[in-house]
Amino acid sequence: MKLSTKLLAATAMISASAASAVELEVTHWWTSGGEAAAVSKFADAWNATGNTWLDGAIAGSGGTARPIIISRIIGGDPMGATQMNHGRQAEELIEAGMMLDLSDVAEAGGWKDIVNPSALLDSCTLDGKIFCVPVNIHSGQWIWLSHAAYETAGVPVPTDWNEFVASAPKLQAAGILPLAMGQQGWQQNLAFGAITIAVAGTEAWREVTVNKNADVARGPEYTAVFEAVANARELARGSNVQDWNQATNMVITGTAGAQLMGDWAQGEFAVAEQVEGVDYSCLPGLGLNEVLDTGGDAFYFPLNDDPEITAAQKELAALLISPEVQVSFNLAKGSLPVRGDIDMSSANGCMQKGLGILADGGILPSGDQALSADTQTQIEDLMAQFWSGDMAAADAQESYAELIANAD
Amino acid sequence: MADITMTGPRGPKPKKVFSRANIFLYGTLIMVSMYYLLPLYVMVVTSLKGMPEIRMGNVFGPPMEITFEPWVKAWSQACTGINCDGLSRGFGNSVRILIPSLLLSVTIASINGYALSNWKFKGSEVFFTILIIGAFIPYQTMLYPIVILLREIGLMGSIGGLVLVHTIFGMPILTLLFRNYFASIPEELFKAARVDGAGFWQIYFQIMLPMALPIFVVAIILQVTGIWNDFLFGVIYTKPSTYPMTVQLNNIVNSVQGIKEYNVNMAATLLTGLVPLIIYFASGKLFVRGIAAGAVKG
Amino acid sequence: MTVASDPPLRTAKRPSRLFKNLMAKIASIPMILTALVVFVGGTTWTVVYSFTGSRMLPKTNWVGLDQYERLWNSDRWIISIKNLGIYGGCSMILTLVLGFCLAACLDRKIRFESAFRTIFLYPFALSFVVTGLAWQWILNPEFGLQSVVRGWGWETFTFNPINDPDTVIFGLLIAGLWQGTGLIMCIMLAGLRGIDDDIWNAAKVDGIGTVKTYVVVIIPMMRPVFITALVLIASGIIKLYDLVVAQTGGGPGLASEVPAKYVIEFMFRAQNLGQGFAASTMMLLSVVIILIPWAYLEFGGRKNG
Repeated sequence: MKLSTKLLAATAMISASAASAVELEVTHWWTSGGEAAAVSKFADAWNATGNTWLDGAIAGSGGTARPIIISRIIGGDPMGATQMNHGRQAEELIEAGMMLDLSDVAEAGGWKDIVNPSALLDSCTLDGKIFCVPVNIHSGQWIWLSHAAYETAGVPVPTDWNEFVASAPKLQAAGILPLAMGQQGWQQNLAFGAITIAVAGTEAWREVTVNKNADVARGPEYTAVFEAVANARELARGSNVQDWNQATNMVITGTAGAQLMGDWAQGEFAVAEQVEGVDYSCLPGLGLNEVLDTGGDAFYFPLNDDPEITAAQKELAALLISPEVQVSFNLAKGSLPVRGDIDMSSANGCMQKGLGILADGGILPSGDQALSADTQTQIEDLMAQFWSGDMAAADAQESYAELIANAD
Repeated sequence: MADITMTGPRGPKPKKVFSRANIFLYGTLIMVSMYYLLPLYVMVVTSLKGMPEIRMGNVFGPPMEITFEPWVKAWSQACTGINCDGLSRGFGNSVRILIPSLLLSVTIASINGYALSNWKFKGSEVFFTILIIGAFIPYQTMLYPIVILLREIGLMGSIGGLVLVHTIFGMPILTLLFRNYFASIPEELFKAARVDGAGFWQIYFQIMLPMALPIFVVAIILQVTGIWNDFLFGVIYTKPSTYPMTVQLNNIVNSVQGIKEYNVNMAATLLTGLVPLIIYFASGKLFVRGIAAGAVKG
Repeated sequence: MTVASDPPLRTAKRPSRLFKNLMAKIASIPMILTALVVFVGGTTWTVVYSFTGSRMLPKTNWVGLDQYERLWNSDRWIISIKNLGIYGGCSMILTLVLGFCLAACLDRKIRFESAFRTIFLYPFALSFVVTGLAWQWILNPEFGLQSVVRGWGWETFTFNPINDPDTVIFGLLIAGLWQGTGLIMCIMLAGLRGIDDDIWNAAKVDGIGTVKTYVVVIIPMMRPVFITALVLIASGIIKLYDLVVAQTGGGPGLASEVPAKYVIEFMFRAQNLGQGFAASTMMLLSVVIILIPWAYLEFGGRKNG
């Protein structure tokens, strides 16, 4: 409570210094139904301060949006603020001095004390200065199960990955696709990551992804992972959709049994007015290994000559992390808030599970934090190739180990 | 430029309407026409159906109940993020990009072509050769340097920047068109004007320009379709508030909220294609003649 | 390299030559700037930076040929090249054959010629984004062609080139041909119209059949038209990008990736400029190898007009 009053005071102080209303263009790639609902919480809050939110949504996932965002910053026509994922996506832009230093806002808001886990703030920090404001935590290690599909097949809803695999033939017999999978590399990579943590455990995962140990990637734990993924590939055969939310829609309508997707999927279930535990279930860590990564989104503010805009940027930064906005945004988005000191009791069962794991400290850094965009792209390409074709598990493992050996 | 109706017979004029050769000929043409017409037909019928009807199947079936709602939605309500103003904004931007790009690129290219065919100077052919090779260089090679160029002149993200990019990349093929056209004008005309003491601009405005009307029409048609249809430059060198229509189309189609609304997507696709289609249908013969004149001699 | 071969009549020794040339030069400044600054300057810059380890921002940390080594070891690049080869070869042959056959059909003094011509050419007015979306919809396995044919009673009919890695490139080809053949047909038609009637009469007198006349006499006479058509097709193929993005997004998996997409993705998405530059340099190289001899023949060594 004390902290939030302090923050409110800081916000008010900065608001007061921004004399006139400013129009800030904000770019992001939140375009699905649940995401658009969430981003409008930000926009409404910002417009309520008398300023104007100029929405710069770019469709087609981060892979499409980031090039546009980056080339605009490099090209000297920066937006007011932009979404990026936690991690290293803006590393060089910060080093080149193209991003606004938010240290004073962070100081005033006491971000160091409130941001949980603190690793999120570390990804924003360079040489002791803070360059971004984390807004949410997303984790990718979830499986979403359709109750309707399991009812049709006449089997109980699985409680972990192994049960799911075992139940797959029954689903297939009932004409239901066991696993919905959007045919895009990042989704396939996400599924790979989730299966890795469930099958190989956090130690092996950390050794490979964080420490880039190619020997472990060649080792038996990862052999099991690749075999499990090859098996999952067969369960997803015939899933022709592209976008992740189309795959989620298959789970919502019961045409597919399950989907491996991040916690943002629950935004779609919410838009479709489905109830957790009744219409669908969610299992963090695939029910085997209850840990979550702490990916998610942060906002960056490109440097601007206009002092008025700079003031507005700082005002927006403080607003995005303020308690009320954090609650309303994250409830709509289905993500976890970046501060532990707010009341999330109205969150649904899935989010409560996530909050519980977060509070217990069952967290990992996200792939974006551990690996460069270059390496991530190469791994996504490999996964796209692996999932869509007939590549043998052993070949995929060897290629993967090779990428890890050269990773940075 | 052979006039299409004036050419002589290519074979014996068919006597019987239903000769075997004729049936084969028309049969082939009609079959091929179906391949060409099918997508347009499918787009139109899909855009007039409601979503329940689409989910029932058959893309080729005519709509049982015609609805214009997808068109209204595509034009003014479809969402990207929290902007729900459909394609209308992109249309305005495309017009604002198109007109200056068109004027600038056609003017510059016509003068270039004129200079290259009538006023050669040392090195002019070298520059022209570079320009022509430039037409075949993959744009990707120049994307990044142009980001830097636009940054240096402060036009990144603005409509002016995109106009400049279109002018630059339209220049090779347009210059080629004009150069070939001016080269086909009898030299005597040019010489007579020179004897009368006319200079560079005088000859251009008084002799060449009035004669070049057909090739101007061709150049305009090519540029209108080219600029209107551009996606790559639009997506890299603009920002959401200046997005041209193609980029907005791609945004709308890829912003799936819930289920994919194929009818709205098809209506949006048709709306985006409407401008070049109208230009094309309105100028049909000139379009063909112009392409022929420019390309055959090239 | 070229001036000498041109008849110097137009610019021949006149008293005011300097001034005239000056005007022409001034008028050509935009062209010269474009040629030198953008085309030569821009490509040189890209080639130079392909030897660096630039990531998100261009830096001059030289790495020699590392980027190229990685490029040619990358599965994705090899797939892209192969796809472009298959697409390019098929598209080149089919466009030429189809374009020529359609033009020949239209040249047989048929009725409704202009209607047919309009039908064949209209897709050319549409963008690749529009083309890709339209065909994506028609080839959609759940609602499109496949389900319709199955609905007719042919239950096992399978035609799913959007989602089948082995045939996806032909799905692109169908759309690409649809968009591009009309233009080639028009060029061919103009070429056919340019052929003197005497040729046909002579062939008739000699008793050569229609098809044989086309193959033996007409096609060789249309060599320049074919070359123009070939160059137009080739330049379009190398730039293939929008269509892929709109129709398949490069998928399923990497099955329909093309070099142009590789360049963009590595430059911007993977934030590895050096790698993107190396790939675009390879594209440039292939264009140069194909085009320089042709450009020299067409514009350099010969008299124009």
